[in-house]
Formats: sequence, structure tokens, C-alpha cells
Amino acid sequence: MSGAVDTGVAIRTNRVTRTFIYLFLLLFALFYLLPLAVMLINSVKPLSEITGGNMMALPNVWTFEPWREAWSSAQIGVQPTGLRPYFINSILIVVPAVAISTIMGALNGYVLTKWRFRGDTILFGMLLFSCFIPFQIVLIPMARVLGMIGLAGSVPGLILVHVVYGLGFTTLYFRNYYSAFPTELVRAAQIDGAGFFRIFYRILLPLSGPIIVVTIIWQFTNIWNDFLFGSSFAGQASQPMTVALNNLVQSSTGVKAYNVHFAGAILAALPTLIVYIVSGRFFVRGLMAGSVKG
Amino acid sequence: MGLLDISNVTKSYGAVEVLHSVDISVDEGEFLVLVGPSGCGKSTLLSMIAGLEGITSGEISIKGRTMNGVHPSKRNIAMVFQSYALYPNMTVGQNITFGLEMHGTPKPEREDAMNRVAEMLQIDNLLSRKPGQLSGGQRQRVAMGRALVRDPDVFLFDEPLSNLDAKLRVDMRTEIKKLHQSLGTTIVYVTHDQIEAMTLSTRIAVMNKGYVQQLGTPKEIYDTPSNVFVATFMGSPAMNVFPSRIVVKDGAPHAAVTGHDGVEQLLRFPQANLAAWDGREILLGIRPETITDPEGADRNAAHIASLRNHIGVTEPAGSDTFVTMTLGGRDAIARMRADVTVRAGEIFDFAVNMDKAVAFDPKTEERIQP
Repeated sequence: MSGAVDTGVAIRTNRVTRTFIYLFLLLFALFYLLPLAVMLINSVKPLSEITGGNMMALPNVWTFEPWREAWSSAQIGVQPTGLRPYFINSILIVVPAVAISTIMGALNGYVLTKWRFRGDTILFGMLLFSCFIPFQIVLIPMARVLGMIGLAGSVPGLILVHVVYGLGFTTLYFRNYYSAFPTELVRAAQIDGAGFFRIFYRILLPLSGPIIVVTIIWQFTNIWNDFLFGSSFAGQASQPMTVALNNLVQSSTGVKAYNVHFAGAILAALPTLIVYIVSGRFFVRGLMAGSVKG
Repeated sequence: MGLLDISNVTKSYGAVEVLHSVDISVDEGEFLVLVGPSGCGKSTLLSMIAGLEGITSGEISIKGRTMNGVHPSKRNIAMVFQSYALYPNMTVGQNITFGLEMHGTPKPEREDAMNRVAEMLQIDNLLSRKPGQLSGGQRQRVAMGRALVRDPDVFLFDEPLSNLDAKLRVDMRTEIKKLHQSLGTTIVYVTHDQIEAMTLSTRIAVMNKGYVQQLGTPKEIYDTPSNVFVATFMGSPAMNVFPSRIVVKDGAPHAAVTGHDGVEQLLRFPQANLAAWDGREILLGIRPETITDPEGADRNAAHIASLRNHIGVTEPAGSDTFVTMTLGGRDAIARMRADVTVRAGEIFDFAVNMDKAVAFDPKTEERIQP
């Protein structure tokens, strides 16, 4: 009998707690969405409405002119090109850099777990070290290296830099994922007559979906959002989106076109947002998969 | 020269030698079981035959062709792993034919081979499933199918039944034996389970600490163990081994055994050369099933000795009754008929079949050969 009473209380408490939980979550969601809302609202207002008063108010006149301007005609540096060429630069840097660092990370993880050799843990430790180096330290040596191999100020140079400094993380992800992977599978495949690469792309890669997604999201976000390497190593023609956005916002001539700046900032953030929305749920799943074992 | 020759093979990891000069020759159609406790080197030896581990010294050859340094895929062997090691991303059919595909067999032949094997193992209805959707027994069959389809010279099994539940294990054991009998394949099989070793094999290699302790047919291993380790490892319950002394009386050797009361009783020992051990200590080994009540004694035995002892504990197990007693200061077990009337605490006259008794040198623990 007392059991029945208890159950009733438990359900009631549960309902109250739930209400609180949802209120709390709603509050936080609103809090985090506020900056995005402000950016969106102000990017579709004429500049006069912003300078004339309320940042929070909805626009009286809706206009997409700031977006058009940010994309194709805003003054960046010396040319009125808008962000478009820099957006293309960023794509040209990010896509190969993510692809190369992910593939190499997967190969590294495969070798470090399934083709172990003397000193492999030390090698892995050294690779891991690159995750902890503050990138400011490597700016000057890297600039020297890029100069020596003739890639300074170019898109391939930036790709190289991002691949080198992404390898630590991609290797870590894949190594942990593959260490939970039964070695007997590799041995069975060896007896079946599959070689090094055949085992990799017929057996390991098809089972690496979650960790590939994690790595791609991680690398894409990091490289897309990179400002330090972009501003240090890019030439005039190879500046990425982040550097261009900075130049747009920091330009000291004329009136500050806040609406254009907001539109530009959203444009710069859009690709990472899309990547997260499309594959975010794999991100958590993949991180868990790697961390359970190994 | 057998089909598979392991001659003088050793394995070292750095300075540590884990396998010491192993010599085994396996003939075509033989079922060799490598058995021993964990860490005895049996799996290492199997991996060396498969080519997954290097050979430190010595030679392994299959069909007269030396295998040292030959890649696993070029040895014409197939292996069934403890975890089955089925490729999770492929269907059962793809799992079975993967090896053929890697060896460049054309597709129609692969399909034929797959269907033949699937029919033999009764997994033809599972071919389009993924391993994750199969039960343990089905996975085991698929793993065997993957080995069979290659038609290899030697099959290697690495504890293939240890992931199954007890009932399924017995069923699969029978099935493996049937398969061996119908196909006449050569099998090397690793297990730590001595019952599996006894039931499946045509020959057993008992291993311990990197040494082959004894190599022989199941009967030889069971009846004439070459040392105390083999005697106690094979058989369940284990052979009773306890200190005793040889006394020559009326020109024949007897084993002097002390029971619960510390009084020596003389059991006539048919092994004549033990007379030379007159007055010396030995270790006496007696299998539990050779200690019975007088009516239950083996009628064909030539030397039944009588032993009066105190019954410690009785354990009726349905098919047998196990009786615990003290012999030579140690616990000993007798395996008696189920319906025998014995009661704990009684003094009972046991019959010991001395034909089956073995004597060991207490210093070396080696069997004193007749």
C-alpha cells in the first residue's frame, strides 16, 4: 500500500522537476540564441535604423542589400570585391586540408594499432604533442619552411600548414577508435590474402563512419575558423574568409556599416553551422565510440 | 615426413624463450589438439604455423615446403579464431568468399564454392545476413565455412568453442568431429579444455611452460601420462597423485599406501621393474574411476587390490557418486557407481585397479617407465 502512495509522489515530483528542467533549458536556449538573433535582425535593416536607435527592434524596412553588399561589393583591403573571393579561398583551403588530414590520420591510426612496430608509442606520443603546442610558437619556423619550399603566401602552403597541425588530432581520434577494433579481424584478413591497403579500405574504413564524421567536423571547424595561420601565411590572393571578415570590420575609412558586418559575420559562420546541423548527432556518437575503449 | 612438420621450433620474445624446441609431425587427415593451461605457448605455436608470428629458430613445413617467412595467405591454410573474426561490414556470403576474392577466383566459381559450403554447414538461409544478426552458434558455422571454402591443406582452430554456452559447445564439438570424419581434413586445434582434447583428437600434444610434455593418442595420454603434470591436467576429476613407498614382498613390488589412520596398506603393483625401487619413495597416480566398490571393479583387470579407508565426503552427481578420502596425507577422489551404498564417516573396503596405476619419480615427477 505504501508502495502505491510512493509511486504517486514520485510521479508528481517528476512532473515538477521536468517543468523546471524545460524552463531552464528554454532560458539557456534563448540566451544562446540572442546574439544570433541580433545579428540576423540587424543584417536585414538599413544602416540608418541601426545608428538611429534600437538594436533589438525588428526592421521597419526589410532589405537584403547588406547581404548582397557583404558578399560581392564591400570594400575589403583595397578592392571592393565583397567576401566572395575569400569564401572561395577558404573552400579551396579547407576541403583539401580536411580530406588529406583525415585520410592520413586514418592511416596513422591503422598503422599504430594494427601494424605495431618498435617505438610506435613514442611516435604516437610525439604526434600527440602537436595537439598541445601553442601555434604562436611555430609561426616563425613554419614561415621559414614555407619560404624554403616555395609555398609561402599560397593556398597550397596554407593547406600544408593545416594538414601538419591537424594530424595530431586526426591520428588521436583514429588510433583510439581502431584500438578498440579486434586485431583478429586483421589477422583473418591476412590469412584470406588481403594486403595492407586492402585490409584498410575493405574492412576498417567501412566500419569507421562515426569517427570519420567526428574528424571531419573537428577539422572543418578548426580550419575554417582559423585566423592565426590565415593572417600569418596567406598572400593577397589566398586570404581566407576569417581574415577578410576582419579586414571588412576593421576598415577605418568611412562609416561603419554594421548591417554589412553582421551579414558578413553570418556568411563566415554559415558553413560550420551547416556542418554541425547536418552531422552533429554523429559527432557525439563518434566521440563516445572512441572513448569507451582504448 | 608428415603433411605438417614442426621441427626443433623455438620462439623468443627478446631474451625470453616462450617455446622450447618443439618437434611435432602431423600426418594427412590427423586431428592434432594442442592442449595446456593458459600461457603454455599453444596459441603462439598455432600462430607460428599460420604465419602470424615469426619463427625464432627451427623449421615449419607444410607438404614438404618450408614455411619460414612465407606469408600467411600463401601457406594454403585456413584459421578459425576464438572470436570468429567475421567481417562485420560484409554479409555472410561475402565473408565466406572474401578469401577466394583476394586470391582472384572468378565470381561464378566463388558462388559455387559458397553454395557448396553453405549447404554443408546448413547456413544457406543466412547468406545475405550480416554477422551482427547471427547467434553465437551461427557465427561459429560461418567462421568454419570461411575456412572450409578455401579447401586448405591444414585447418587451424584457435579455441573455437570457448565463446559458446555449455550445451552448444557440446553440439558443435560433435559437429566438428563429424566434419573431420567426413572430409578427412588435417586439423590443428588449440584448446585449454582437456575434454575437448580427448574427444576430438586423433593425437594430443599436452603443453606446459613452453614445452611439449607429451605427444600421443588420447588413450596413451590418459593411461600412461609421462609425468605428473600430464597426469593431473588430463582427466576430470584429476588423477589422484600422492606419496607412497615401494615395498618388495614375496618377490613382487607393492605400493605402501597410508589411509586415514596413518597405517600402511600394501597394494600389489604389477609393474615388475619397480622392484628396483625397494624401500624408496614414489608418487603414486591412481585415476578416480579405478577406485571403486568391490562389485564395481573392472572384471577384466588382472590386479585388483583391496584398500580399507574412511569415507570423507560423498557427492552423488547423478551418473556417478564421488567419494572423497585421504590417501598418503592428501585428498583423493574415487568415482563410483551412482547407486553404490556408501555413507560419509564409514570405513569402507575399496577395490583399486592396480593395472591402471602409474608410478612417478618424486624428484623429477617423470613417470617410472615399465
